[in-house]
Amino acid sequence: MAAPETSTAAVPTLHTNNTVRNAFGGVLSFFILLLIGVLAFSIRLFSVIKYESVIHEFDPYFNYRVTQFLTKKGIYDFWNWFDDRTWYPLGRVIGGTVYPGLTLTAGTIWWLLNSLNIPLSVETVCVFTAPIFSAFASWATYLLTKEVKGAGAGLTAAVLLAMVPSYISRSVAGSYDNEAVAIFALIFTFYLYIKTLNTGSLFYATLNSIAYFYMVCSWGGYTFIINLIPMHVLLCIVTGRYSSRLYIAYAPLVVLGTLLAALVPVVGFNAVMTSEHFASFLVFIIIHVVAFVYYIKGILSPKMFKVAVTLVVSVGLAVCCAVIAVLIALVASSPTKGWSGRSLSLLDPTYASKYIPIIASVSEHQPPTWPSYFMDINVLAFLVPAGIIACFLPLTDASSFVVLYIATSVYFSGVMVRLMLVLAPAACITSGIALSEAFDALTGSIKFQLPGVSTDAEVDAGETSSDTTEAQNDEVKAEKPEETSKDRRSKKSKKKEREHVERPSAKAKVKTKAEKKRLLALPLEASAVSLLLLIVLGAFYVVHCVWAAAEAYSAPSIVLTSRSRDGLHVFDDFREAYSWLRHNTDVDDKVASWWDYGYQTTAMANRTVIVDNNTWNNTHIATVGTAMSSPEKAAWEIFHSLDVKYVLVVFGGLVGYPSDDINKFLWMVRIGGGVFPHIKEPDYLRDGQYRIDSQATPTMLNCLMYKLSYYRFVETDGKAYDKVRRTEIGKKYFKLTHFEEVFTTHHWMVRIYKLKAPKNRIRGKTKKSKSKTSSSSSSKTSGTKKKNPWH
Amino acid sequence: MEAPIRAREILGFTLLSLLFFVCRSSPSHNLLISNAERRIDLSSHIVKVYLTLKVENAGSTPTSEILLAFPPTQVDHLATVEALVTKGKRKKTTIVHLDVKPTELPDAPNETKYFTIYLANPLNSGESTTLEVLYLFTHSLEPFPAEIGQSESQLVFYRDSALILSPYHIKQQTTFLKAPSTKVESFTRVEPTNRAGTEMKYGPYEDRPSYSFSPILIHFENNSPFPVVEELVREVEISHWGNLQVTEQYTLVHGGARHKGVFSRVDYQSRPSLNGVSSLRYLLARLPPRVHSVYYRDEIGNISSSHLRTDSRKSELEIEPRYPLFGGWKATFLIGYGLPLQDFLFESSDDRRYLNFTFGCPLLDTVVDKLTVKVVLPEGSKDPSAVVPFPVEQHFETKYSYLDVVGRTVVVMEKKNLVPVHNSHFQVYYTFKPMFMLAEPLMLTTAFFLFFVACVAYLHIDLSIRK
Repeated sequence: MAAPETSTAAVPTLHTNNTVRNAFGGVLSFFILLLIGVLAFSIRLFSVIKYESVIHEFDPYFNYRVTQFLTKKGIYDFWNWFDDRTWYPLGRVIGGTVYPGLTLTAGTIWWLLNSLNIPLSVETVCVFTAPIFSAFASWATYLLTKEVKGAGAGLTAAVLLAMVPSYISRSVAGSYDNEAVAIFALIFTFYLYIKTLNTGSLFYATLNSIAYFYMVCSWGGYTFIINLIPMHVLLCIVTGRYSSRLYIAYAPLVVLGTLLAALVPVVGFNAVMTSEHFASFLVFIIIHVVAFVYYIKGILSPKMFKVAVTLVVSVGLAVCCAVIAVLIALVASSPTKGWSGRSLSLLDPTYASKYIPIIASVSEHQPPTWPSYFMDINVLAFLVPAGIIACFLPLTDASSFVVLYIATSVYFSGVMVRLMLVLAPAACITSGIALSEAFDALTGSIKFQLPGVSTDAEVDAGETSSDTTEAQNDEVKAEKPEETSKDRRSKKSKKKEREHVERPSAKAKVKTKAEKKRLLALPLEASAVSLLLLIVLGAFYVVHCVWAAAEAYSAPSIVLTSRSRDGLHVFDDFREAYSWLRHNTDVDDKVASWWDYGYQTTAMANRTVIVDNNTWNNTHIATVGTAMSSPEKAAWEIFHSLDVKYVLVVFGGLVGYPSDDINKFLWMVRIGGGVFPHIKEPDYLRDGQYRIDSQATPTMLNCLMYKLSYYRFVETDGKAYDKVRRTEIGKKYFKLTHFEEVFTTHHWMVRIYKLKAPKNRIRGKTKKSKSKTSSSSSSKTSGTKKKNPWH
Repeated sequence: MEAPIRAREILGFTLLSLLFFVCRSSPSHNLLISNAERRIDLSSHIVKVYLTLKVENAGSTPTSEILLAFPPTQVDHLATVEALVTKGKRKKTTIVHLDVKPTELPDAPNETKYFTIYLANPLNSGESTTLEVLYLFTHSLEPFPAEIGQSESQLVFYRDSALILSPYHIKQQTTFLKAPSTKVESFTRVEPTNRAGTEMKYGPYEDRPSYSFSPILIHFENNSPFPVVEELVREVEISHWGNLQVTEQYTLVHGGARHKGVFSRVDYQSRPSLNGVSSLRYLLARLPPRVHSVYYRDEIGNISSSHLRTDSRKSELEIEPRYPLFGGWKATFLIGYGLPLQDFLFESSDDRRYLNFTFGCPLLDTVVDKLTVKVVLPEGSKDPSAVVPFPVEQHFETKYSYLDVVGRTVVVMEKKNLVPVHNSHFQVYYTFKPMFMLAEPLMLTTAFFLFFVACVAYLHIDLSIRK
């Protein structure tokens, strides 16, 4: 600080004053950003403090396992990894079917730390990857919003994003999922796109492609980028905002981005062959046509140009029609019209529930309810419209992008609750803009109305007070000289010109601003009260976010807790069961369970599973669903044909854990019935109602899932009262003939059964006729028939 | 059930006669044992044998070495042998521990193994002394039936000899066997044999020559769980900033009769006295006092079922495995804790430092098949040497921990077949200059300093090509 002060003394002009103030603002915003990073990181640590440093839920366990493999075996083995622990007997090629961004990121962090001799375990690194990246994400938000509306809005948006509950829900410590790094990649890609758009620099365009590559590596949601950016380009062209900057922002992204995306094994040729990417190529053609037209326009006289246009349009239309017809024919010839199921369900929200029960069965693929909007983005929902309005004052290329982003993400979040995550950054950016503008206006009018300030000094005083009271306000101005200096360095004359057009010289600006302020100034009381209300609103948001982070979203779901009179009670049944499987069964034993528990079983119990959360093979899942819905003998045959030794079911009836297998059972029936028609959903429903009490259908009471869940349940309390379904079960006393209980956890939440060995053949006792179910059933059971002809 | 026992007995007797035959040929000693009393405690899975010998020197030359003989099958399971002599009369008794060392004799009959007790004062001709010998066997109770269901109780065999195997002539001897309960299925009779409640008495037998052997087999109920730690790795990390970090990795197995068939939680929970009586429900670890930051976890996370009780003299950690361990079931887990350094690190007279810490496993009543103790010395320490009261395998390793450059020296000590008796102290001596403590903070400071210098330099250099 000493050096600038002496310079102030030497040259006491407004310019030096501004430099000092800008430097101060820069340092201040740097520290604010640092604090935002700390906030984003630390608000996500509730799960570690309240529970433990552990990987959460289902998918993160798979990512964790892949990361372990990566750190143990290295990158080349990782690409070639064929996992035989899952989808038995099919297996899964992990290297080619996984988005590697997250695992490679965590693997790199781990490698870096270990080469510095900091011996953190892979698990620790995985647990804390998500909080670290949410700090990055909030910094990226700052950069993006700063490009759009200045540093004040940027800081506000960054604060909002650092603690938006929707993002917290996917990035608490331990939530080691693709979205954790993908949201950062998404925002950063958008930032670089806007940056390129504002500067027209090819350097940023290249960076943008690399950021896009990272996004493609990380998450399937990259298709959102590759559709949103073309839409924005199209919007700019249509509204007559075409510029060479737009061309530089877009064309390299498509070419480089597509090439890079094709390098990721899981995407590969999909990057050019599926319809999701089609829009980007179409716009790519359009932007070239437009660029060409502008070029021709520049070299031809207006009259000649008109002639040329009519000529080209008439020929071009004919060619276009032909090309489009061919394209439509090609696309229509594929059954799903070239779209993947998940993308289709985005366009047509009813698609999944109609055709793909597996997608529909996942709760995060359901459309959200209104309360979930309030829960996940809270007051931002009210600030977004204001932000959109602020974006139109004035509408720039960058702010039009934000408007487009929020509009599309609102739609997508309405389709699938999971995509609320994409909405959250957009909502934060627009709300940040809205809040910042509102503060700007309110504090501005307060300053203006303050008594005892002369008009001449007003301008200066106004500016200084804006420095101290409202740092963000200052940032808008602080950023300008900084930017121009950078531009000077990068020599973007065009950008400079644009700036000159947009922003008049400093003095004139100050003058006009003062004039403007005088006109727009609100009464002192009104602005003070509104300021207060805004602060209350912000405080409410903070309180809500902290509550959501602490209470709603920090449970790791593999450890459950309940508060009772005698303190905290811990339900650690899942790990108990997995640990038992890990230590007390043979390494090569196969465990069948519903697909939800597949990832956890392979990761925690290290045993081979039949199906897992990857859900890539519908038939295989349907086979397990059919087995669970079949009577004991048929189920035994199916499982035996799959070489299964243990069957694992999750049962919450004793302690009241609602997301157990009985509650998921109808999906098993539906998915099983979708492939094996002898399983019919109405057989399991009494008058359209799903019930397990004495009114339940005999098919329901005899199916394997019912039996495995309630085996000897009646002996616990004598009545067999199911605490989840809040009823006594229908069939209380029964015996298992083909399965035996080998392990049940402390609270009965996980029950593991072993398939009994096939009975010895007794001469003369072979039944001639097979049971009806197996004779009418699928090829699976006939496969068994071949294997065990004496059954 | 009777048939195999009978067969074994016959086999035993033939062996016995063979032994007699062999023994005659070996040269006799000058010593003889005038009275021997042996008490075998079978109540837990560690078999404790208390042997009281009254040794008499009948020869003409003084001797200070007394041999103990063990059959080869027992030696493999022998965890420790201790011998002591009580001196003085009545109130002024002092206990003197004697050296015991395994010895090889060239003419050992039937691969008999020997241990030599070295007396403090040579035993003169005609004198006699009374020795107390304690030895422990592990893995000596053989479950039979080898597999039991959940509701059955655990029955085990114990094999030994009714007569004490000894290279000396024994004038009079008695053996007492104490079973954990009155449920004794069967036991071999070698008259005179009596049974009273839980105790079986073999003898007194008079004037048995050296190397007498008479195999006996006892089949009884032992429902105590058999906690066996197959492998334990203890890592003790010294930080001169004031902390001693201990990490213990366990592979625990229930060594009793294997569990067979169904495990029913409803039976286990509703009738605990009848079901899974021999299952391992919890373990108790005795940790040093002033222990802090204790954790108990396994490879998939924290295990919530543990309690820590601390007082000024000791800390007790009660841990439950994730699931009750039935026979043959395994579990792995990790216990870690921090200790204040000043309780364990001292300076010796020659300006060296030494760590004084317990060697064995802190879990009570457990057998450790293989124990590895690793003492991680601070970076920069030199000339490490370990002093352990019993023979162990030793070697050195290097470990890299937080920001190490040259690595830390690790003293690795390995020992097989441990029992709680081995929980004695060992010392690791090393030299260390306190300057090394500052290496890492200085390194970090330098790194940050250079980083900021680089930042400042970057901001003041114009790297653009064109102006």
